[in-house]
Amino acid sequence: MSGVPISVGYIPLVDAAPLIIAREIGFAEEEGLALTLNAAPSWSTLRDQLMLGRLEAAHMLFPMPIAAALGLGGFNTRIDILQILSHNGNSIGVSRALADRMRAQGYGFDFADARAAGEALIAGASGRLRIGVPFPFSMHAELLYHWLGAIGLSAPQDLDVHTVPPPLMAEALAADEIDVFCVGAPWGSIAVENRVGEMLLPGTAIRANAPEKVLAVRHDWAEAEPGLTRRLMRAVWQAGRWLGHERNLLTAAELLARRDYLDLPPELIERTLTGNLVISPRGEMRSVPGYMSFQTGAAGYPWASQGALVAARLATRLGLSREEAMASARAICRTDLYTRNLADLGADLPEAREKIEGALTAPGAIPAIQGQVILPSDAFFDGWIFDPFAN
Amino acid sequence: MPEALSIIVIETDPERAGLIEDSLREAGSFEITVIPETTGLARRISEINPDIVLVDMASPSRDMLEELTLASGPLERPVAMFVDRSDDGATKAAIDAGVSAYVVDGLRADRIKPIMDAAIARFNMVQRMRTELETTRRALEERKVIDRAKGLLMKARGIDEDAAYALLRRTAMDQGRRVADVAHALVTAAGLLS
Repeated sequence: MSGVPISVGYIPLVDAAPLIIAREIGFAEEEGLALTLNAAPSWSTLRDQLMLGRLEAAHMLFPMPIAAALGLGGFNTRIDILQILSHNGNSIGVSRALADRMRAQGYGFDFADARAAGEALIAGASGRLRIGVPFPFSMHAELLYHWLGAIGLSAPQDLDVHTVPPPLMAEALAADEIDVFCVGAPWGSIAVENRVGEMLLPGTAIRANAPEKVLAVRHDWAEAEPGLTRRLMRAVWQAGRWLGHERNLLTAAELLARRDYLDLPPELIERTLTGNLVISPRGEMRSVPGYMSFQTGAAGYPWASQGALVAARLATRLGLSREEAMASARAICRTDLYTRNLADLGADLPEAREKIEGALTAPGAIPAIQGQVILPSDAFFDGWIFDPFAN
Repeated sequence: MPEALSIIVIETDPERAGLIEDSLREAGSFEITVIPETTGLARRISEINPDIVLVDMASPSRDMLEELTLASGPLERPVAMFVDRSDDGATKAAIDAGVSAYVVDGLRADRIKPIMDAAIARFNMVQRMRTELETTRRALEERKVIDRAKGLLMKARGIDEDAAYALLRRTAMDQGRRVADVAHALVTAAGLLS
């Protein structure tokens, strides 16, 4: 492999696919990059390695660069979001004991209706719900707080939300440390496969098209290396577009399954990519269109309003200034680089930097610089909207 | 003389934990607790209420410590990841050695320094040992698989050992793969067919 060497860190999850594909299918090489992928043992270590310059870029949970912008965790280093790598792909699961109680009370596990699932969960719980999420600053935590908050629990007071890294989730369930977990693929399927839990809801049931992982770099690196930033963005964006074609998913599953990457059976990865999931150890299947999605339309565009939304929620939960948090978050969503670097690849480019989050209940067209931008629904299950322009 | 600092070391391998504990004791008088378990980690830490938590950066359980840094976290005292602000050399050295430290707010740098120095030195050594062990283990494993693949080829095609190895090598070069990977595929396929 020839080209300029560039090191990108990732966590071995299905949604690291755009990075793995950028390397394996040759999009990085086409851009003149020799892409090295480094698997990290934890999100905090990945963040520190990026902040200290051991990596040029990283696969990150959407809220991580936002948290960094708010001075939460790690070193005081600004991290920018170049583009969204994937949408959704998380699932919420429950311990088998809790699943049995919920079933005994007549709940049918439709894997679709967030309100019914939440009510059944509260009815089946024996005391305060103990919930495991992979990281304090994650879409998993955001989805859970929104979901359970919307059906009447006050978050965070009524909930015990703790960080449990997905590889340790099975252990935590077995030790009766948690009742509920929210994890990214393939960990939900692995919990089912290992018979320690059952899946209750896909993330899509709480919010359609919620951004999930991002391509993150140090702000200083993006400023100092505009050429490399551009090439990296283009390689990863094209990998995302490739992943958007259903005919490529089988190949993608085989590549991700390799020992160097996820080291898992390809069938399990393919189930995630196509949204055909086994939700219980009894083998019940549910099909979820768009369970996890990559580049379709303007999906990679890092809306500043989405950054502001997460910042506002973090600030409210942690007692920080909402206005300051939102301003810092907006600055790191690099819509400018997205527009500049991807225009001639034919990317759909919205005109605005911000939109009302959650307002689209059906696909809708928006003003575009280039292309016809039709956004898919981004609605929350309860109809909640976030207006970034409101005071 | 201020009270002895309380240090938690999170390490699942008892041998490594022992090494780290020994070198910390050489550096000063501290109250050291080793937590080998990952279950109930946050609860155990809040029971001990330490001044410093040392954790192996390669451990996935490190993410559990991040919530200690939140105001709503399980500890009464605010905790932050150790960052040497005067010169981030020590922090970088720690990261490179594979150790990360969380310290309570307000702890003076001169009290942390000897602990970090000892931890960094020890983790450097532990990491080197781990890399060596891993490399040796992998090499042995690969050699075993290549030997089995050679044996299969010798039997199936009636060739000698050198010819079998040459065939493996050529195939690997043609397919742009490693000899060990080709051998692995052959052994797996043979297992399925027998």
